[in-house]
Amino acid sequence: MATKTEEPKPTQHRLSGVNEFSINIGTVNGSGSQTANLTLLRAIFKMGIPVSGKNIFPSNIQGLPTWYKIRVSQAGYAGRRGLADIVVAMNSSTFADDQDDLVEGGLFLYDDQIEGEIDREDMISVAIPVKKIVREAKPHKDLRKFVANMVYVGVLTNLLGIEMEPVKEALEFHFKGKANPVEFNMKVIQLAYQWADETLDLDLPWRVEPRELTKDSILVDGNTAGALGSIYGGVHFVSWYPITPATSLPETMLEFAPKLRVDPDTGKHTYVIIQAEDELAAIGMVVGAGWGGLRAMTATSGPGLSLMNEYASLAYFAEIPVVVWVIQRVGPSTGLPTRTAQGDINTTYRLGQGDTEHILLIPGTVGECFEFGWKALDLAEKYQTAVFVLSDLDLGKNQWMADPFQYPDQPIERGKILWEEDLEKIKEEWGRYRDLDGDYIPYRTVPGNRHPAAAYFARGTGHDEFANYSERPADWENNLNRIKNKINSSRPELPEPVILKQRGAKNALIAIGSTDAAVREALDYIKEDGVKLNYLRLRALPPAEGVLDFIRKHDKIYILDNNRDGQMHGILSLELPEKATDLVSLTHIDGLPISAEWIIEQIMQEENH
Amino acid sequence: MAGKVNEIGLSKGDYQGRPSTLCLGCGHNAIVAQMIAACYELNIPPESVVKLSGIGCSSKAPTYFMKRSFGFNGLHGRMPSLATGALFADTSLIGVGVSGDGDTASIGMGQFKHVTRRNLPMLYIVANNGVYGLTKGQFSATAEEGLALKKQGQNQYVPIDIVWEAIAGRASFVARSFSGDPQQLKSLIMAGLHHKGIAVIDVISPCVTFNNQDDAFHSYTWGKSHEVALHELSFVPPVRAIKVQYAQGESLEVPLYDGTHIILKKLSQDYEPTDRAKAMEMLEQANEKNELVTGLIYINPKQESLFDIYNLPETPLNRLKPEQLRPSPESLEEINQLMY
Repeated sequence: MATKTEEPKPTQHRLSGVNEFSINIGTVNGSGSQTANLTLLRAIFKMGIPVSGKNIFPSNIQGLPTWYKIRVSQAGYAGRRGLADIVVAMNSSTFADDQDDLVEGGLFLYDDQIEGEIDREDMISVAIPVKKIVREAKPHKDLRKFVANMVYVGVLTNLLGIEMEPVKEALEFHFKGKANPVEFNMKVIQLAYQWADETLDLDLPWRVEPRELTKDSILVDGNTAGALGSIYGGVHFVSWYPITPATSLPETMLEFAPKLRVDPDTGKHTYVIIQAEDELAAIGMVVGAGWGGLRAMTATSGPGLSLMNEYASLAYFAEIPVVVWVIQRVGPSTGLPTRTAQGDINTTYRLGQGDTEHILLIPGTVGECFEFGWKALDLAEKYQTAVFVLSDLDLGKNQWMADPFQYPDQPIERGKILWEEDLEKIKEEWGRYRDLDGDYIPYRTVPGNRHPAAAYFARGTGHDEFANYSERPADWENNLNRIKNKINSSRPELPEPVILKQRGAKNALIAIGSTDAAVREALDYIKEDGVKLNYLRLRALPPAEGVLDFIRKHDKIYILDNNRDGQMHGILSLELPEKATDLVSLTHIDGLPISAEWIIEQIMQEENH
Repeated sequence: MAGKVNEIGLSKGDYQGRPSTLCLGCGHNAIVAQMIAACYELNIPPESVVKLSGIGCSSKAPTYFMKRSFGFNGLHGRMPSLATGALFADTSLIGVGVSGDGDTASIGMGQFKHVTRRNLPMLYIVANNGVYGLTKGQFSATAEEGLALKKQGQNQYVPIDIVWEAIAGRASFVARSFSGDPQQLKSLIMAGLHHKGIAVIDVISPCVTFNNQDDAFHSYTWGKSHEVALHELSFVPPVRAIKVQYAQGESLEVPLYDGTHIILKKLSQDYEPTDRAKAMEMLEQANEKNELVTGLIYINPKQESLFDIYNLPETPLNRLKPEQLRPSPESLEEINQLMY
């Protein structure tokens, strides 16, 4: 299948104008550009206009190029746009490439200190005297480097009609109300605004007009949402090892847990967060905690996931509840640590030696990151197994607009745990791996249970129903098959797919995770061209019956993967071999989020031949 | 032993595990016997002990004592992380880890150093025989340089000293003993069970099977009289076990099953095991003299443990009620206000 990743030709985007445009800002990593970019993003959001931000950053602390893409979309589209309407070039090393990122007739703003060639004539180019404006503000020499980026905030505020009050509010939020930095940054912004006002006379189609579309919304990244969801899910124990792009998830827990998880009566903490020496230990601690009756989780990305392989296999086989968040980056190997992909579906689904198949929850929105945060802990304990939440860098690290987080609508599910009094009451003979209820889920006891019959010996080796070591063929076979049935029985309990139907559509598209935003935009667009597709977003593996039904009912089904080999396409082909020839794999792998333009091109090519 | 009970009304039988499947005469069985004796004599309810192990002959040992205690036979070299998570579930539990020289000093060196550094309250026994048993006789990282094994030839590398590593890793209780010295071993186990922090005991525990010079020990005879706990093992053909007896301050040369000799030296009574630098100096001197020092080598009973760092409730975390774990709906409204 096509793996072409070129962007469409530089033409005006179909959505371009008031409250519909995108800005691409190229800066140097570590220059304080994130503050400037978030200020713009938040100011526009505060004006009531839907907006999203994507950070295309390098694997580096300081000095390499980084880009920030702001998409303003009154229509609510949050997917990455291929080409920008406005480019801000603050980095001399990417000056030439940054020009190529612009639509025909786009606005190119650049730092006048950059000595580079302007290669394109089909754009409006404006040199900004950044150094001069900064000097006028008389910053302390330590700050000079960091405030330079506020100059483009000021210029854009002027050119796009952004109001000054929301800009100030954004800075106050960012600096947590500290007056000095807010005032100083505002000074630079105002000087730049003034310069633009006095110097530039451009008739631009792009500007913002206040709306009331974000009042009930939040602006947040998926890792923050996942961290909070887990805290509200009653997680007891978190062990983790730093890795891009997962780190911000446990770090957010470190920030919020001390506020949210303090026992009001005793002032004691109802959680433990521990930074492990590596991912081998992080998952080991989590498995120990899960076995001990704690709701336990870790968060990692591809390389760390590889190291967690053996303990994941043990959790599956010894039936220990744990939750692992996988924030995918680009593999194989170290890959592109700061870029996005969906390349760890296969690895995660079957992580471990021998026959394994894990439960995967796949959020596609930040709201789902919160929801799956608590749900994953419930499912892990209910099914006594490892549950993986498969997110990615685009969803986890970028800013998305969403409805406010919804409080969990179900009580905390602890699954089948027997305490001392339960063991007294239980009628049938209990064994750790005995299926007493005929639902494949045995009862478990946890250390600390003082009943003399409570203890058992957990192991990754062969065991019988009473957890005794066993090499008997029947014990092995029965146990492993029961576990498979147990995982299969979870299908109806997992998040059901989200289905979007169009009248008369015979073909369909299936996608997962963060590509949702671009898919929705693409489907709206091709509908205008008369191409109708039903859409299913799969949110869990193993797939629910509804997913399989959906596939059966369509003639041709596109499966969209942000990985080279079409991993989800492969999994669904195995689920429904009789329909495999009707599944068309659309794959993309360049480290960037899939854009609507790319999807449109792929589908139109397929539909038109 | 019939009818005899300890102060909490339990017989020695209540501290037994499942029948050992280790080789008869294996030093690890002697460790098992002393674990049983120590817990019995200390009146520790078996239900308050959690047994943890990695992979290897040593790591099978927890199955053979205290079947009324929870146990987890985890992954090779990764018992420390498993123990860390498990013991946070209920910090009133007594953690007992049994590892081996391969499990601790090779594959598990990273986790071993970090668990000592964190001072996780638990007894950490290394059943150290210098050889890989389950894979049938390869050198371990603690094997003596120059040791000859049947299929391996001569060991080319210098050994790792687990005691040295534990002290360098800032473990708060570090001891060495010998499986053939039940009295000392039991005393150290008892002390370790009472220590608040990690208690590492490196137990030299000879391997009776992967010894290729088996004519060296005819003078040692296996006797039921000193390995009472192992009566159940009668189906294994009897072989010899090592037993030594010596008084404090004495040195004794003990030949091992593998044909090498080690020199055991009991620490004299005036040795003060509370100075980390002196302990390391003493180990270095002993090393130069080719002596293997046994006894309590280092202890700091006041070192802050991992649990002390956390502000944990009195109720074990695993017994908290669901309503104590989920913040209020009002708090989520406040969170939503911050998301911008």
